Amino acid sequence: MAEQVPEKVAGEVAISVTGLTKIFGTRKVVDGFDMQVGKGAIYGFLGPNGSGKTTTIRMMCGLLTPDGGAGQCLGLDIVRDSREIKKRVGYMTQKFSLYEDLTIAENLDFTARMFGMKNRKALVAEAVRDLGLEGRAGQLAGTLSGGWKQRLALAACMIHSPDLLLLDEPTAGVDPKARRDFWDEIRKLAARGVTVLVSTHYMDEAVQCDHIAYIAYGKKLIDGAARDIPGQIGLSTYVVTGPDLSELEARLEAEDGTGQVIRFGAELHVSGTDKAALDALAEVERARGTHEWVAKRAGLEEAFIYLMAGAKDNFMLEPVS
Amino acid sequence: MSRLANIFAWSRFYAVLVKEFIQMRRDRVTFGMMIGVPLMQLLLFGYAIDTDPHNLPTLIEVADESPVVRSLTAAMDTSDYFDFIGIVTSEAASDEALKDGTASVILTIPPGFEADLIRGVTPELLLTVDASDPVAAGGAIGAMSGVVETAIGQSLNGPLSFAAKSPAPFDLVIHRAFNPSGETSLNIVPGLLAVILSMTMVLITAVAIVRESEKGTMESLIATPVTPSEVMLGKILPYVFVGYVQTAVFLLAARALFSVPFSGSFLAFFLGFNLYIIVNLAIGFLVSTVARTQMQAMQLSFFTILPTILLSGFMFPFAAMPGWAQAIGTAIPATHFLRLVRKVMLKGGGLAEVTQDMAAIAVILLVVVAVALKRYRQTLD
Repeated sequence: MAEQVPEKVAGEVAISVTGLTKIFGTRKVVDGFDMQVGKGAIYGFLGPNGSGKTTTIRMMCGLLTPDGGAGQCLGLDIVRDSREIKKRVGYMTQKFSLYEDLTIAENLDFTARMFGMKNRKALVAEAVRDLGLEGRAGQLAGTLSGGWKQRLALAACMIHSPDLLLLDEPTAGVDPKARRDFWDEIRKLAARGVTVLVSTHYMDEAVQCDHIAYIAYGKKLIDGAARDIPGQIGLSTYVVTGPDLSELEARLEAEDGTGQVIRFGAELHVSGTDKAALDALAEVERARGTHEWVAKRAGLEEAFIYLMAGAKDNFMLEPVS
Repeated sequence: MSRLANIFAWSRFYAVLVKEFIQMRRDRVTFGMMIGVPLMQLLLFGYAIDTDPHNLPTLIEVADESPVVRSLTAAMDTSDYFDFIGIVTSEAASDEALKDGTASVILTIPPGFEADLIRGVTPELLLTVDASDPVAAGGAIGAMSGVVETAIGQSLNGPLSFAAKSPAPFDLVIHRAFNPSGETSLNIVPGLLAVILSMTMVLITAVAIVRESEKGTMESLIATPVTPSEVMLGKILPYVFVGYVQTAVFLLAARALFSVPFSGSFLAFFLGFNLYIIVNLAIGFLVSTVARTQMQAMQLSFFTILPTILLSGFMFPFAAMPGWAQAIGTAIPATHFLRLVRKVMLKGGGLAEVTQDMAAIAVILLVVVAVALKRYRQTLD
């Protein structure tokens, strides 16, 4: 995993929302959402499918009107000034949403026109060059591979040099190499002072973010710097190695009081919020002498699997009508 | 200035327009259809579909042979419409022939017809037509009057010419008749314009708009500062252009192939035609607010096209429809545009003659736009 990027000093604020709520029909898709994003930060949105990530992003860039709450984005009111916000925000949708029957250059040109850019020709040429697609500017966007589509989409939503970039699961279905290239791009942009808000499913992407918020069923469960999140939950972990891990896994899961047991290749990660109980369990297991139990600092992965398990309970308690 | 630019900016409208034209150009099949369909329909309806029947097997039911009968059979033989197949003497035999399809037209000459004719009594002739094909039957009826009149006129010559007078000295009684307004290719061709325009305008507009939301491109589009009016106008205008091209192709072909006249006021036609295009685009827009996928948009469009073909008076005479069907037909813009086109092209009508039709289309337009806008607002969020 990549080095963790130190959190930006909380100076200027790019986004600040409080109590953001959206109701579709009778269902609260986003429920009392508060968030602060510092300027120039990479802010990660994590959460299971249908947890309200997309809806939240759409409310912040003025695509949806919130049913409750207020906030400002780049110093503009998210309800009143949505048109002004749109001019300064780049929004990359989850699904490829450029025109497949237009060429790469035509798509970029169309977007540039939409934002009323003066020097369109130069901008488009520059974007094509940056993409490394000089010879293929006349190629139809629909014929690009998944990774190239994502990069083109990113180039399109950057064409008007926005101050804020909203990326909705930008790397879903893209191969690891293309994903890494994509994130290099994102970090370059952040270094230039662009604020990036990105939603993702991938843990290796989450750790690239300066700050993470975990959402489930429209509620923010936790937020903080990536490395602080396991500590915030208060999760302790033991790494277990040895023979017949599957058998041990089954036995531990059947036992009451054991936290979560996750298999990572040739290791079992046993985690729980009750450190004393976990230590006692490790003591008992060590005494058997079959497996090696080593305490470790809980990682993001354990933390999010823990949160997701909790969210499932949440779902059962509050059935979505 | 900046406030106005917030509502409508020419540059963004123009960008949408250009994009639509590029997409239209790339979509060769649809583009070809837009020009090909009117031409094909024109040829099909103009050449293949001929409501004037030919060589209908015809019997004459008559008790006594007389000079009048001879001249009738001769007249039928020379006519294109009828194929004289024989004479029967009883009603039973003619009924049988009609039932089994050996004959589709039977002319019954009552006993003493010739004598009555000479006496100046105005006798009756009975024409029985197989109306299971009402259009053919209607044509037969129309043609038969002419044939009979000529034949009798010819037979009443020489010493009997005193009995020949105008109007015809006999009554032709029609049995089971279904008489449409006597469609000819001259009449069908202008009507076809109404149907083709409606078909392409509604369908293509609906599909073009729904495509944006189905493919997800609408999401990117509305994330830009573009306004709904810029999107709508930019998307719809290219199809107005298509409507112009279709109409031009159609009018030229109609003139070249079928010598359909254009006798009335071009201004009246032009105004009515633009109004008609707009109302169809509005219907397409309305369809797009209901449909979620392009397939649904297509099906819904066909749903609107069927009544346009069947109830507008294009296929079947409007006056012959029952009241409820006429009521539905009146709510269809094509009904009024059809009348407008027929008035202008065939009857030499001007603005004054078509104001009523234009007013009717305008009313439909207002209703459609009101409903569409209401629905559009609901779908924004």
